[in-house]
Amino acid sequence: MMTLPVYALGRQTIFLIRELGRIAIFFVRGFLLIFSFPLQISKTIEQIYFIGAKSVLVICLTGAFTGMVLGLQGYYTLVKFGAEGMLGAAVALSLIRELGPVLSAIMIIGRAGSAMAAEIGIMRISEQIDALETMDINPLRFLISPKIAAALICFPLLTALFDVIGIFGGYLTGSMLLGIDPGIYLNRVESSVVMKDIAGGFYKSLVFAVVVVTICCFQGYYTHKRTEGFGAKGVSLSTTSAVVISSVLVLIVDYVMTSFLI
Amino acid sequence: MELPLIQLVDVHKTFGDNKVLNGTNLSIFEGQVTTIIGKSGGGKSVLLKHIIGLMEPDSGKILFRGHSLSEMQKAEKKTFKRKFSYVFQGTALFDSITVFENIALPLKEKTSFKKAKIAGRVREKMDQLDLQGIDQKYPSQLSGGMKKRVALARALVTDPEIVLFDEPTTGLDPIRKNAVHKMISDYQKQFGFTGVVVSHEIPDIFYISQRVAMLEEGRILFEGSPEEIQQTSNSVVQDFIHGLERGHEKISGIESHYQGEKRIKEEMARLQRYHTAFSLIIYTVENLNEINEKLGPMAGLTVITNLANELQILTPLTDTCYRFGLNKIILLLPNTTKEQAHTLCENLSEQMQGRDIFGLMPHPGVCFFISASYTEGRKDLSYEEMLLQTHSMQNMFYEFKVC
Repeated sequence: MMTLPVYALGRQTIFLIRELGRIAIFFVRGFLLIFSFPLQISKTIEQIYFIGAKSVLVICLTGAFTGMVLGLQGYYTLVKFGAEGMLGAAVALSLIRELGPVLSAIMIIGRAGSAMAAEIGIMRISEQIDALETMDINPLRFLISPKIAAALICFPLLTALFDVIGIFGGYLTGSMLLGIDPGIYLNRVESSVVMKDIAGGFYKSLVFAVVVVTICCFQGYYTHKRTEGFGAKGVSLSTTSAVVISSVLVLIVDYVMTSFLI
Repeated sequence: MELPLIQLVDVHKTFGDNKVLNGTNLSIFEGQVTTIIGKSGGGKSVLLKHIIGLMEPDSGKILFRGHSLSEMQKAEKKTFKRKFSYVFQGTALFDSITVFENIALPLKEKTSFKKAKIAGRVREKMDQLDLQGIDQKYPSQLSGGMKKRVALARALVTDPEIVLFDEPTTGLDPIRKNAVHKMISDYQKQFGFTGVVVSHEIPDIFYISQRVAMLEEGRILFEGSPEEIQQTSNSVVQDFIHGLERGHEKISGIESHYQGEKRIKEEMARLQRYHTAFSLIIYTVENLNEINEKLGPMAGLTVITNLANELQILTPLTDTCYRFGLNKIILLLPNTTKEQAHTLCENLSEQMQGRDIFGLMPHPGVCFFISASYTEGRKDLSYEEMLLQTHSMQNMFYEFKVC
């Protein structure tokens, strides 16, 4: 009786490790197939349009408001120490190092990640993936590789956009509303941000791209293996899991990476 | 003995507690259409998926020209897969791309053909399957029957060597259904592919199949030619075939064998009780195999259907035609003596002379031989004896030849 919880814990751990292994193999195979000939350029461009171009508006909006609220909060905190001139540095560093990559990833999960999981899940339950296999078309190469390639291209670009718009948002509230000298704001941005900060944000966005696209595609691809729901319910559960797991993982990975990069 | 192209040896597959395949043994021969029949949910689709490698057996072997599928090298498996095409029961069309793109996909992905060549091949298949004008539509905008034909076009566009059809005609109207059967048989004749068809269209599917296998409780209960399955004494097979025929009454315009047997037995009971005479005439298309060989199996089906329709038109309403075997029609004549049956036979032969009862003429070099034999019901004969009696040479009335 006493051993039951230990037994359950052990079983869960083994399951988790096995699942992580499957996810890793899924990603590695999908990633390597990006480079198999003939290259799937048009499919990758389609995915760049879907993950990247169509996310621009939502990234601009969230970036702008995040920057604006950072400007407001930062100003009222810094003004207590008479250091409001440092607002540009505070906004730029928090955006480039943390908020830019994390919030961009979470917005892309909501917009494109959920759609990827649902699309692949529906393809799985309606036997479209089986149909690809019968045509000797590798479903991983055909469906997953272009998404991985597109995510690796789009995440850093969208993060960069988020950062720039965010810094501009901070400028709007800090300088235009609260009266900080625009020159000082921009000068602080320029002088405080070093290449290491930008590289850190860039690495984070790349890792988040891998996490998000792998988890979302994996959840959709193995919809039929779910034991708690089949058909449409299975797809809905896969989509939910894709969003929840990838969002949580983004935050966990962010902490781990920050602790190494700082 | 000829080596089967595909052979399933003692294949087992279980899903949870459900044993779907329980020691399945099946041989599929090259260049033949093999039809798999069996109850819905009985594992026919699972069997097909094992053949193409979408599912792996828990135990047992699947041999391709004597080589085990599981022991094949990657490259060998790839070559093997390229020979196949699969028509899914639920069509499995890609719903986010157009009909044209769906059909073109296997060519686009797996060949180095130029765009124009791919387009030509796709249009050719679309024309053959009566799919003109829908190339820019999406699968969700099509009816069920159209989707089936698009799926067929996609499967056949690569001119595969082996085609697996999972209920290709379910949900189609009789005309389209015949068109699909015709296409399968024409293609098979033209390209000599090996076909494996899961179908419930009994007896129509028998006309295009060279072999039939019945799957029952995870095992192959019967394997043989369409003629053999119709004549087998296995009661489970007979019940299944007749059960399906009941569901497809008046398929091809003819009442089923099962209905005929029931009606003849009713007449026999009337004869026993009320001494009311009745007679049977059996029309046999003697050279159905030759017709099938020369003009394709659909011609054989057309001959039988048209003959039955003509007989229905020319005989009184109380007389009814029943299909019996693949090439026979029984005409049941209630309240008719042998002499009256003889006269009727004579009249029918006169009336049918010169009529295009085949709807196929002219076909130079192909003659249709039809024989008619008749007998009157007797109290001392059982149903089977009566059929044998009708068939016997002394009751042969005439042979009829149309060239």
